[in-house]
Amino acid sequence: MSVILVFLLVIFCVAGWWLANQRIMSKPWLEGGVVGALPDNDVTHMPTAKVGLGVLLAVIGGLFALFASAYFMRMEYADWQAPPMPAVLWLNTGILALASVALHCAVVAARGGRMDTTRLALAAAAIASLVFLAGQLVAWRELAAEGHNLRVNAANGFFYLITGMHGLHIIGGLVGLGWTVRQVWRSQTITARLRLGVELCAMYWHVLFVIWLGLFVLLAGWASNLVAACRQLLM
Amino acid sequence: MVDVTPQSDGTVPPAEVPDVELYHPRSWWTTYVFSQDAKVIAIQYSGTAIAIGLVALVLSWLMRLQLGFPGTFDFITPEAYYQFITMHGMIMVIYLLTALFLGGFGNYLIPLMVGARDMVFPYVNMLSYWIYLVAVLVLVVSFFAPGGPTGAGWTLYPPQAILGGTPGGQSWGIILMLVSLILFIIGFTMGGLNYVVTVLQGRARGMTLMRMPLTIWGIFTATVMALLAFPALFVACVMMLFDRVLGTSFFMPALVEMGEQLSYGGGSPILFQHLFWFFGHPEVYIVALPAFGIVSDLISTHARKNIFGYRMMVWAIVIIGALSFVVWAHHMYVSGMHPWFGFFFATTTLIIAVPTAIKVYNWVLTLWRGDIHLTLPMLFALAFIVTFVNGGLTGLFLGNVVVDVPLSDTMFVVAHFHMVMGVAPIMVIFGAIYHWYPKITGKMLNEAMGQFHFWITFLGAYAIFFPMHYVGLVGVPRRYPEIGEPAFMTAPVDNLNAFITIAALVVGFAQMVFLFNLFWSLRFGRDAGGNPWRATTLEWQTPTTPPPHGNWGDKLPVVYRWAYDYSVPGAPEDFIAQNDPRPQHSAAHPDPSAARPA
Amino acid sequence: MAIVLALVLVVVGSIVFHMLSPWWWTPIASNWSYIDHTLVITFWITGVVFAAVVLFMAYCVYRFRHKEGAKAAYEPESKRLETWLTVVTAVGVAAMLAPGLYVWGQFVTVPKDATEVEVVAQQWQWNYRLPGEDGRLGKTDNRLVSFENPLGIDPDDPAGQDDVVLEAADLHLPIGKPVKMMLRSIDVLHDFYVPEFRAKMDMVPGMVTYFWFTPTKTGTFEVLCAELCGVGHGFMRGYVMIDTEENYPSWLEEQPTFAELSAPRQVGSAETVEPEGAGAQ
Repeated sequence: MSVILVFLLVIFCVAGWWLANQRIMSKPWLEGGVVGALPDNDVTHMPTAKVGLGVLLAVIGGLFALFASAYFMRMEYADWQAPPMPAVLWLNTGILALASVALHCAVVAARGGRMDTTRLALAAAAIASLVFLAGQLVAWRELAAEGHNLRVNAANGFFYLITGMHGLHIIGGLVGLGWTVRQVWRSQTITARLRLGVELCAMYWHVLFVIWLGLFVLLAGWASNLVAACRQLLM
Repeated sequence: MVDVTPQSDGTVPPAEVPDVELYHPRSWWTTYVFSQDAKVIAIQYSGTAIAIGLVALVLSWLMRLQLGFPGTFDFITPEAYYQFITMHGMIMVIYLLTALFLGGFGNYLIPLMVGARDMVFPYVNMLSYWIYLVAVLVLVVSFFAPGGPTGAGWTLYPPQAILGGTPGGQSWGIILMLVSLILFIIGFTMGGLNYVVTVLQGRARGMTLMRMPLTIWGIFTATVMALLAFPALFVACVMMLFDRVLGTSFFMPALVEMGEQLSYGGGSPILFQHLFWFFGHPEVYIVALPAFGIVSDLISTHARKNIFGYRMMVWAIVIIGALSFVVWAHHMYVSGMHPWFGFFFATTTLIIAVPTAIKVYNWVLTLWRGDIHLTLPMLFALAFIVTFVNGGLTGLFLGNVVVDVPLSDTMFVVAHFHMVMGVAPIMVIFGAIYHWYPKITGKMLNEAMGQFHFWITFLGAYAIFFPMHYVGLVGVPRRYPEIGEPAFMTAPVDNLNAFITIAALVVGFAQMVFLFNLFWSLRFGRDAGGNPWRATTLEWQTPTTPPPHGNWGDKLPVVYRWAYDYSVPGAPEDFIAQNDPRPQHSAAHPDPSAARPA
Repeated sequence: MAIVLALVLVVVGSIVFHMLSPWWWTPIASNWSYIDHTLVITFWITGVVFAAVVLFMAYCVYRFRHKEGAKAAYEPESKRLETWLTVVTAVGVAAMLAPGLYVWGQFVTVPKDATEVEVVAQQWQWNYRLPGEDGRLGKTDNRLVSFENPLGIDPDDPAGQDDVVLEAADLHLPIGKPVKMMLRSIDVLHDFYVPEFRAKMDMVPGMVTYFWFTPTKTGTFEVLCAELCGVGHGFMRGYVMIDTEENYPSWLEEQPTFAELSAPRQVGSAETVEPEGAGAQ
């Protein structure tokens, strides 16, 4: 359970830092009146949707941290035999990175009010994400064709389960991205609302890309090597 | 006295938070069924939770009949008995308590108590309820599926949960159970996002964190915990579903079932237990923290006194919430995990007793020098303290690793967790319903029926679960449809079991009076007015009762003080509402800590 | 006012019930009386706290119940009182935890001279295996479990040949000798639970778990399964007999070894069995 505990520690540090800025040591019964004059740590100035997405991404991060924890714990058992990494995963990683970069461009363009660039970047991100999903399917087929089926070993099971779960989250993101694309295509100018939508998509993709990098390191077996190395250092 | 604003109340600066655009329902369907109003969703959540909870209540009668009078009821086979206990446990913990506290009270109280018009994402909030409903329906379907519901125990431990020796293991029961849990978690996450973000972003002007009522602190912290803990159950369920349906071996070692070698191999049942309890222990506090919060407000309001040690109460909630993530393996002392874990988890578990004890002291100290009105909410709050203290103290037996060894998996454990996370939170739920029903409906609940309900429920529940500890001390294991009279017993437990069963039936039927009261008072109850308890918190200050969609009419409330200004010296009344702008005179509001020598 | 009476009644009733209860833990028959002592300490501390909190609450309700014209005190907090209570609670908790951890330390430290005895659980019966003359248990694997080899003992491991196999039979143990119970399951989770011994532990398929104890009383003790293992869970019972040191060897002699159990069935392979049997001596 070490991965999830480290993840929680990070979450708790963030939460603790936030709480520390909320004057939780104050004595509220001594403070009457409107709080307009209090230091403005009342409600954050971030858009609510962004805060909401941030919380959701923390939950998603926790989910994958738990999968990683389960992966490490199951790995300890004798029958563990990790499947070979299909080479196409490297390509997929690059494509997902492209999607993330494209969305970043979309954010920059939307902030600058450049409608055409925004549209182009959004479409590129959507297409790259679809290609990524197709690439993941190719990886599955390659593995299955080599006889690394789900049932053969728990390591294979984890591979399909974790990549599948990540793919489902990309699909979920695509629903949101599709909605944003529709809004952008229907609109003449870039409103604050549209810009927010694009920013949310970008935020989601960046985090899912980072999660994918983590999963890639995990599934390739480097993470376990790293852990083993750290253990040796500690010993 | 620090008056933090030099401005008079006429020149309140404009709100920093723009007023939310509300979805305006156009038809009966979108007003009452597919509603995006948190209050309607709250009632839908509560109604569904109570309905499925009644099923679990009936299941508990059936299993008690078997335990009290073994051999009398032929239709309760061991298979049926295990299905009853499994579904009873799962429904009560997840589909009733979690859904009612967070989906029900969370939805109703958060926007009202923090002074918002609604949840921040009303559409997602609506989806949350409908997914929860589907999860409940899938669970109900499993009762009618071939092979019946799963009988794996609410902990669903593999390998037995998915093998033929367990009811539903090789039929639909376990699959439907896992699917239902997965749906519940997805639905809950949608709701949970709303509760957290509404507290973060939707607070009215002036509602600083330290001015929030403890109810909100409890629900908020519990929701944050649930958002982080439920994914563990999600992972466990998905992996078990893979093992059951696709034949993977995440949790399944090489094993021989009834003389037949199965194709599983190498997996680890302990891994499931770690994931399950990583969710399962925080779950206890997910139920307990909202109860802690609500009961603080009930006691303070009905004792007409500020909650004693508010800051300490807030810190305790947050500390308990964080600590509860590092105690999970105290459910696994005898699971076969590495014995050295026992030292760590026993220590963390007993440390968590300290902030919990502080909360109890502060509730009792709030009563000290109070002006205690023995209303129904207050009575239920007192009953909560008794049962919670009792159940919490037996937790010190089970948390202390070596004492747990003889007691684990006995009826002592069953008695302990029913007292601490069954009876105690349910007392709070009843107290809360008697407290907020007037706001929800505009009518008071009938007092006579309420008194009847209280006395039977409090004394009855104590009579069920206190003696049950002794059944466990004798050595009777849990999950035995009948124990017989083995030689190790110092005295036969038949009569005690029969007594417990009768008490359980009586308490169960008393709940029907409560349900009847809910409907009867809707029509015949006394008119409540806007603030029958003369409470300070915002939900009692709405312009109309029951509050309409949008809660506040034209103007959002502005908060001028904390939630516990009861019996302030020099004030004309014994409470000052949170949105009461009257400036306080420094003489009227002395700093009591300054008066004492440090 | 009824509630004040009820609160007092709950405390008095609980204490009286506790005092008069004939339902109590069964007399101990192992070395773990320390566990009982820790349990008693915990009972005292928690009992005092329960009575104190509830009675104080009853007093508050009685003394400060609503009277016409009364007004509550205004008292947001008292740092001193809260610190004091925190310290007292922490001391009380430590008073329970310290002996608990000390005894746990003993519980997980198996003495060197403990005899290994294996318990093999399956749905829904108890099997046992004792080391033979070589004092060692042979290797096992659930993959090897079959009708002829119900415990999955590795036939190629010479250490396993002289192991005494008790299939669905009762276990005998000599009094006064520490035993390390090696726990194994061939199907689902079980838990070897003898109330008189106090110690218990889950048995997990694919793993060997253990606990140790020293029997201190002769007699027959019932074994129950304490971890839900399917529909037969409540009926999965067996017996452990604690024999005197004189009786134990005569019982042990009568029990079949793994080699004896498997030999008659291996028709025509007597040559291969012979050397292994010889090697095990």
